[in-house]
Amino acid sequence: MATEETSTVAKTGSGLRSLVSDWSDDKQTFEIHWGKLMMWIFLLGDTFIFTVFLTGYMNVRMSAVDAWPNPSQVFALTLFGTHLPLILIAIMTFVLITSSGTMAMAVNFGYRRDKTKTMVLMLATAVLGLMFVSMQVFEWSKLISEGVRPWANPFGAAQFGSTFFMITGFHGLHVSVGVIYLTIVAIKVKKGHYDKKGYEIVEITGLYWHFVDLVWVFIFAFFYLW
Amino acid sequence: MSDESGQQHPFAIYIKIWVLLFVLSTCSYMVDFFQFQGYLRWTLVVIFMLLKAGFIITIFMHLHWERTALKYLLLGPPVVLLVLIGMMAIEADYTNFSRDSFFSESDSTFIEPHSPSTH
Repeated sequence: MATEETSTVAKTGSGLRSLVSDWSDDKQTFEIHWGKLMMWIFLLGDTFIFTVFLTGYMNVRMSAVDAWPNPSQVFALTLFGTHLPLILIAIMTFVLITSSGTMAMAVNFGYRRDKTKTMVLMLATAVLGLMFVSMQVFEWSKLISEGVRPWANPFGAAQFGSTFFMITGFHGLHVSVGVIYLTIVAIKVKKGHYDKKGYEIVEITGLYWHFVDLVWVFIFAFFYLW
Repeated sequence: MSDESGQQHPFAIYIKIWVLLFVLSTCSYMVDFFQFQGYLRWTLVVIFMLLKAGFIITIFMHLHWERTALKYLLLGPPVVLLVLIGMMAIEADYTNFSRDSFFSESDSTFIEPHSPSTH
């Protein structure tokens, strides 16, 4: 009875009032699934790592004396006889956004306890992630064959190579880990491992995946379009 | 119970946001395709970036429906990163100035140092 009353109190109010009551009431502050909270805190840490990388990139780019290579041309490809600037990166962006969409729907079906659809959508997300990483492998191989190295490159400022490999490499690592994570959770969903525990795990995996997409939004803007 | 506490929202909103993200990505690609330069380019890039990031966080990651306490936990700490970015920008500017002033090969005038070993 008493616990029921507390939880009703916790659910009341919104905005700043709820912030005050969440922190000052004699109860747990964050009334959400613990795994979800832990994932959020992990992602907060990851935000700092990626921001520090991007800030480092900003620092070396601003202080570079040599001209910065033009990403629009460095990442251009000739497709079907047309020279398209930055096209590979644009395709990668669309693939990642598509995967975010399938992931969002997987979360929805998870809470509806539709195991087959959840699994299919999560696997589709993983496949799209794999496509993204494959295109990144292609991009890296192309640049390496053109002579781009972490310490030098034929297009201009040497810092281009080091920041490129560091930032896209760390992001690619996140995508690769996400693909493995998604596959494992998808299989466990289908096997019914979460029938008792609840389907928050799908949302938690989704948080990670959307974050990977979110980081790409910033990399796309600052590294490729700037 | 877990079904009630979880984030469950109508499908339509995900589809709408999904389409919107596609449109915004196309827009940011167009910035490069049409080769907008200078402040116009940077402004457009940042606007599209912030809109995309905002939609992903609020809708796809469900932050819109979370409690204010969690929103503050997640959006508060990154503010300090702005301080880092600001300081690093100043530092980079100074490094660039130093390199241009003292390390550029073209117009550097070094005075031959007197070497005491020749005496």
